Amino acid sequence: MKKNKIYLLLIIIALGQSAIAQDIQVIVSNTKAKIERVKDYHADGKMRTNVTFLKLPIAKVSLYFKNPNKFKLKSEKGMSFVPKGSMNINLNSLFTGNDFTIIDAGNEKIDNTIVRVAKLLPNNDNGDLVLTTLYIDPVHFLILKSKTTTKESGTYELVMKYEKYSDYGLPDKILFSFNTKDYKLPKGITFDFDDGTANSSVTKKQKDKKGEVEILFSNYVINKGLSDEIFK
Amino acid sequence: MEPIIEVSQLCKNFNQFTAVDNVNFTVYKGDVFGFLGENGAGKSTTIRMLLTLIEPTSGEIKLFGKSLQKHRKEILHQVGAVIERPDLYKYLSALDNLKLFAKMSGLSLSNNNLLEQLDLVGLADRSESKVKTFSQGMKQRLGIAVALVHNPELIILDEPTNGLDPQGIADIRNLILKLSHERGKTILVSSHLLSEIEIIANRMLIMHKGKKIIEGEVNSLLDPSKTIVKVETSDNNNTFELLKTSLWSDGIKNIDNQIHLNISKKDIPNLNRFLVEHHIDIYMIQPLHSLENYFLNLTKTSVHVEPFAN
Amino acid sequence: MLSLLQIELYKIYRRPRTYIAFTAITAIVLIFQFAFKSDGQSYMNLMLQNVQDNFELDKSKAINGYFMCYIILNTLLVQVPILVALIAGDAISGEANMGTLRLLVTKPYSRTQLLVVKFFASFIFTILLLVWMAILALFLSLLLFGVDDMLIFRVKGEESQILQITQDDIMWRYFAAFGYATIALTVIASLGILLSVYAENSIGPIVATVCIVLFFTIVSNINVPIIDKNIKPWLFTSYLVGWKGFFYIGVNPEGQPIKGSLENWASIRNSLYILLAHIGVFLGMAVYSFQKKDILS
Repeated sequence: MKKNKIYLLLIIIALGQSAIAQDIQVIVSNTKAKIERVKDYHADGKMRTNVTFLKLPIAKVSLYFKNPNKFKLKSEKGMSFVPKGSMNINLNSLFTGNDFTIIDAGNEKIDNTIVRVAKLLPNNDNGDLVLTTLYIDPVHFLILKSKTTTKESGTYELVMKYEKYSDYGLPDKILFSFNTKDYKLPKGITFDFDDGTANSSVTKKQKDKKGEVEILFSNYVINKGLSDEIFK
Repeated sequence: MEPIIEVSQLCKNFNQFTAVDNVNFTVYKGDVFGFLGENGAGKSTTIRMLLTLIEPTSGEIKLFGKSLQKHRKEILHQVGAVIERPDLYKYLSALDNLKLFAKMSGLSLSNNNLLEQLDLVGLADRSESKVKTFSQGMKQRLGIAVALVHNPELIILDEPTNGLDPQGIADIRNLILKLSHERGKTILVSSHLLSEIEIIANRMLIMHKGKKIIEGEVNSLLDPSKTIVKVETSDNNNTFELLKTSLWSDGIKNIDNQIHLNISKKDIPNLNRFLVEHHIDIYMIQPLHSLENYFLNLTKTSVHVEPFAN
Repeated sequence: MLSLLQIELYKIYRRPRTYIAFTAITAIVLIFQFAFKSDGQSYMNLMLQNVQDNFELDKSKAINGYFMCYIILNTLLVQVPILVALIAGDAISGEANMGTLRLLVTKPYSRTQLLVVKFFASFIFTILLLVWMAILALFLSLLLFGVDDMLIFRVKGEESQILQITQDDIMWRYFAAFGYATIALTVIASLGILLSVYAENSIGPIVATVCIVLFFTIVSNINVPIIDKNIKPWLFTSYLVGWKGFFYIGVNPEGQPIKGSLENWASIRNSLYILLAHIGVFLGMAVYSFQKKDILS
């Protein structure tokens, strides 16, 4: 009941705004259509992880996509901590299934670009997804930012920058933000060497529990076909 | 005669306890020098000082005419020693033990050479056996082989027959005599058995409670015509000083303020006369019989004479 | 002097006791490798804890040869002092017990020479022990578990961290760590030798060495600020784990590890100085005491 009231409220707000601008439904479907022009791609990426307790080198990764929803991120050399929900780096997944209600949430400004805000509510209550908010450049039909709330993994945010591959709706850079939990090893388990550098000021920094992963894309190979083997 | 060991005024204290008290003696080249005394008399402590195992509290030791303290390395090259039970390296064979100690003395001897050495102590046929399988007597003999491996001039044996069966004791004795007679080595051997010293030594020294009691030729000390006499006078100190200037000065000893003299029985009246002439009031001149009885009396241990296997 | 060293090494080589240490190391390493081969995932789960809520990690890649070696060293370098004590604590006292000390000392070498040679023999034994450990824990692990980047799980003050070191940046760290461990264990060796000078049987100094190391280690791991500040810096055992410093890679302000760097070389260097000073002091005391010692055994 409560949920329905919120929906109703959102719909009222959305209706009020649609009068003054382009129809949000059209923007979303255009954006989706643009993204769907990509049947498959392969790209190189450089992944930088920014989580206080993780000291990881910049990882060279390869990203593979094949429609409708096959996606793989793998490190070229060595191993990497792949953020959960990285499926969503693949923008197609934002629209997985057509079964959602789109609500217009007005305009906002991201880096001097006026964007339209669309809230996507899944009609099926049983999934993990609770709400996706898209910030769409209505001129180029590009998603500049998305916020996804899930039941299991909390909220995460994607910020995209487009350059060379904007025609395909493929970003050159993605910043993926998420909430992390405190990481604490029990003392005494590691027998660490105390070199005297640890101090209490670090403790405060640790309270910041936001994690970030940034991926810079290059060398997209688009619509050249990909074997299913890669995704196994 | 060339002195090999010269010990003068040697003392060793362990905290309050005086283990060696002002000991003097000389061992000459070619001697088999018997070092006699009961257990705890200070023999081992003295021997360990000769080998730099223990540092003297005071006194001087000269070996081969040189100060032991100043010429330690040079001197030890010419010394071989077996101190009490030589246990050696149990996990090594007789031959390997010998090889190892030869190498420590800077020698690299051939196996044949080493086997010859083992043959000397009767262990050639057990050269490959590990020492842990050896009897005490065999270990003792191997210890002697180790002491001899670098062909030293002076051999020091501390209680070499301790804990051996009669055959073992006889073997060691024969070996000592062989080394002395055939190889001309100078040997210092300690024992708590007079009978043993009597057989092998030409000169001897008796120690008791850290002090030297007597030193001299075995033949003359054990001469049945000689005896130890105890002298008691009105002034023992004065008498002692006086006798030191007399012709009996050699065998004189002041033990617990009693004067002991080693003189021939025929000399007892002369001694009496001498003291009277010097106006000393004599309370007593008491013969203590032979040196052997005297030694037994000192040590209060019973001596059983081993059968000699000659 | 060199031939004396050869003799000492020969004795160590021929003694059955020597092989206890090598056998123990072999057994421990093989058990570790077997355990991780069959169920390394659970260990990884324990160490990763809730990191797995946010990240996926190929755990089979994480449990690689380099990582295994670190885990093994982490445990083994706590135990190896016991093995070093087994040889060093026996150096003089064992000879006294066997009755060979008096033979050694009557040989034409100075006591200082004898002791220094004993020390070097223990030192070489320590090196061989570590080389054996490197062969098993590092090279055999690399063979069994493969090569990949290495994760270091670390508690730094109040903070826990996971450091990732790329595979091309690891080997030199192991060489440095083994070098450091050699110095650290040599401290134990010189302590063992010092104590062995005073005893006439080998059990005493071996047990005493182990007890001192254990006691100090326990005290340095109590983790109470008053002890961490006032007592820990004075215990040489606090520096035994300094080899780990070579795996604390330096990071840039963005939190990325800098290849080929160390977080705090100065602290490792100071620890090395402290350990070397301990070796000097223990050895000096041992030489002094041995020279003054009356050998009554």
